[in-house]
Amino acid sequence: MSDAITETAAAAPVWHVTEEHAHEHGGSGPTILGFWIYLMSDALIFASLFAMFGVVSTSFAGGPQPRDIFDLPLVALNTAFLLASSITFGAAIPHIEQGRVGPTRAWLAITGLLGAAFVGIELYEFAHLFAEGATPQRSAFLSAFYTLVGTHGAHVTVGLIWITVMLVQVGQRGLIPENRRRLMCLSMFWHFLDIIWIGVFTFVYLFGVIR
Amino acid sequence: MSNPSHHTAAHPEHTQGSAHNSRHFWIGSILAIVLTAVPFWLVMTGVLRDMQTTAILIFALALIQIVVHVVFFLHLDTRSEGGWTLLAFLFTAVIVVLTIGGSIWVMYHLNANMMPMPADGVAQMHDMSGNH
Repeated sequence: MSDAITETAAAAPVWHVTEEHAHEHGGSGPTILGFWIYLMSDALIFASLFAMFGVVSTSFAGGPQPRDIFDLPLVALNTAFLLASSITFGAAIPHIEQGRVGPTRAWLAITGLLGAAFVGIELYEFAHLFAEGATPQRSAFLSAFYTLVGTHGAHVTVGLIWITVMLVQVGQRGLIPENRRRLMCLSMFWHFLDIIWIGVFTFVYLFGVIR
Repeated sequence: MSNPSHHTAAHPEHTQGSAHNSRHFWIGSILAIVLTAVPFWLVMTGVLRDMQTTAILIFALALIQIVVHVVFFLHLDTRSEGGWTLLAFLFTAVIVVLTIGGSIWVMYHLNANMMPMPADGVAQMHDMSGNH
């Protein structure tokens, strides 16, 4: 009886230690899964914003309609910048894995510049819409539009700050395991924002124009 | 017991998988570019006269592109993180579909049922508020 108890007591820590060791060895431990769960919860925020936009997307209140205010060539340019930034981040991944600091920082900087161009064009678009009187107060459609697209834009801006921080950290400390882990999370975050943008350009801009 | 041997087996696979990963990534990039360009081309040129066909097509292309990005850029598969990322993703996908689909479905019918307010009904309401 007492033998069995000591055996389980002794067996449990051994199993636990091995498991923990395996995680350490595997790379970033639970961080990647945890960050994935965060991205999924962020996806739910965007789902509710898309749902709201879907419900009021034809509530124009006599105000401007998507066909009148959306400039598709500009949106196409914006989409190209964001997609290109996703690809340039992907191009940095092999350099991160093989510990090459120079090319990592170069690709990261290019990604940041493309992301900044995206945010710049979006702000230009918003300023243009405001000048035409298409403000969030004008109709439910415009309120939902600014909330959805603005939330995405705010995420991209946070991503840009994160890229800047990583450029400095990689410059100071090199590609230490902590920085690699952070860059992997940033990579997931950046690709995730591009996925949300697929929904935005399809359901907000393209659907709006053909309606 | 099986963990350490699994790891030593996994390591060489990981290092030699680098070239494979890079090819995987470029295939994903090309697919993403095509899947972005086609819907814009369809809408901006209006090649398909029928707007409903265009709408269905760009909807399908968006869904395909989301899957392409998740598989090729976020590297979601059945094995990563012991399958937990896939499980979390599928759970999220169900909630997203329920939230968006359910909201639009319910609110559309609510709207449709509220819309036809007969003209005398409106007049009656005005009378009632006037008499008060």
